[in-house]
Amino acid sequence: MNALVLTWQWLTDPASWTGTGGIVDQSLAHLLYSFLALVVAALVAVPVGLWVGHTGRGRWLAVNAAGAVRAIPSLGVLFIAVLLLLPRLRGELAFVIPALIVLVLLAVPPVLAGTYAGVQATDPAARDAARGMGMTGAQVLRQVEVPGAMPLIMSGLRAAMLQIIGTATIAAIVGLGGLGRFLIDGQASRDYAQMAGGAIVVALLALGVDLVLAGVQRLVVSPGLTRASPGH
Amino acid sequence: MGGVEWGELGALMLRHLYLAGVPLLIGLAVSVPLGWLATHVRWLGPPLIAGTGLMYTIPSLALFILLPLVLGTQILDDANVLVAMTIYAVALLTRTVADGLASVPGHVRQAATAMGFGELRRVVAVDLPLAVPVVAAGLRVAAVSNVSMVSVAALIGVSQLGSLFTDGFNRNAMGPIVVGVLASVVLALLLDAAIALLARLLTPWLQKGVPA
Repeated sequence: MNALVLTWQWLTDPASWTGTGGIVDQSLAHLLYSFLALVVAALVAVPVGLWVGHTGRGRWLAVNAAGAVRAIPSLGVLFIAVLLLLPRLRGELAFVIPALIVLVLLAVPPVLAGTYAGVQATDPAARDAARGMGMTGAQVLRQVEVPGAMPLIMSGLRAAMLQIIGTATIAAIVGLGGLGRFLIDGQASRDYAQMAGGAIVVALLALGVDLVLAGVQRLVVSPGLTRASPGH
Repeated sequence: MGGVEWGELGALMLRHLYLAGVPLLIGLAVSVPLGWLATHVRWLGPPLIAGTGLMYTIPSLALFILLPLVLGTQILDDANVLVAMTIYAVALLTRTVADGLASVPGHVRQAATAMGFGELRRVVAVDLPLAVPVVAAGLRVAAVSNVSMVSVAALIGVSQLGSLFTDGFNRNAMGPIVVGVLASVVLALLLDAAIALLARLLTPWLQKGVPA
């Protein structure tokens, strides 16, 4: 119970929240890194996924990439990236850049797989009808396949974001800012209250971001699809 | 190999298998009744699936650190990792079991009932065996992600293959990290293959080309 009380005290102490390195500051840093990584990953993976889904080329890659990445331990990859890039970069960037690269690499496969699967899951009848109406390949992609793929693209993005937020926490060990700092620094100074308090904030942040993305999903998915495909 | 002794590597792999594998079995045992509830109690289904799914959003390092608060354990206790991995397994498998049970054709269920099978006997003897392919697919995902996630526990000092990452990083040595990553991937693939094989053995009718 003592640890619980101390954690509560840390969480309710205004000094934990404000200033440089406070909870507010680190939450914003965590969100910034995470969204940056998600946007970069989406910029790469969504177009490739659409192309793979639309043309059917490189299907093997899209299907297997997500599964393969799930098997790779991100902590090990993070350390390898830092050791490889450390001699080539200077100062704080030597730790931040490899961490961001790892976050993007982890996020690409789920977004790619989601986008590809989404295009594949588009009703073939709708695709044929669009072609029959005289739409070009690009029009079919933009007006039929992309909207049809939206539910699975969004679930790919949500899975990727959870992976990013969790791994950004781990990346504090190599010097990345964000909420992971409380977990890693707390352990270094044997301050369990700070570790546990930080862990609660990270868990709430991850939950909050996922709920926000679930809300976005509702907004961007055509209402015609939500009824037709239960389970999304 | 890579500055790691074989004996040490074997011991770490066994600990890794224990910390990732035992929670899969417990998670499956918990998910079967939960998945059954989700498919059979209409109002309970959506909140149960969403609720267990939400547990997956908690980052692993945060969960390892928080469990001592909830369980009253020491932070270095294996129990924290075992419980955390069980939570993730339940988060993935409850939906899978529900999907698997829902995939059993209605006429099959009616035939079993007509033959005098009670609810429990039908679930055990008919529904679950037919759900094996779907459940096994989910179990394979849970197994692979558990194996890669356990390595994070090295950051709080619980030894397994992830310890090779932290050791290597602290000594600025690439060897142990690469060995650890490879060993972890091999372990994940072996567990994945074992579950696939077991699922095959449990569904002999699928191999003979007889429709389920």
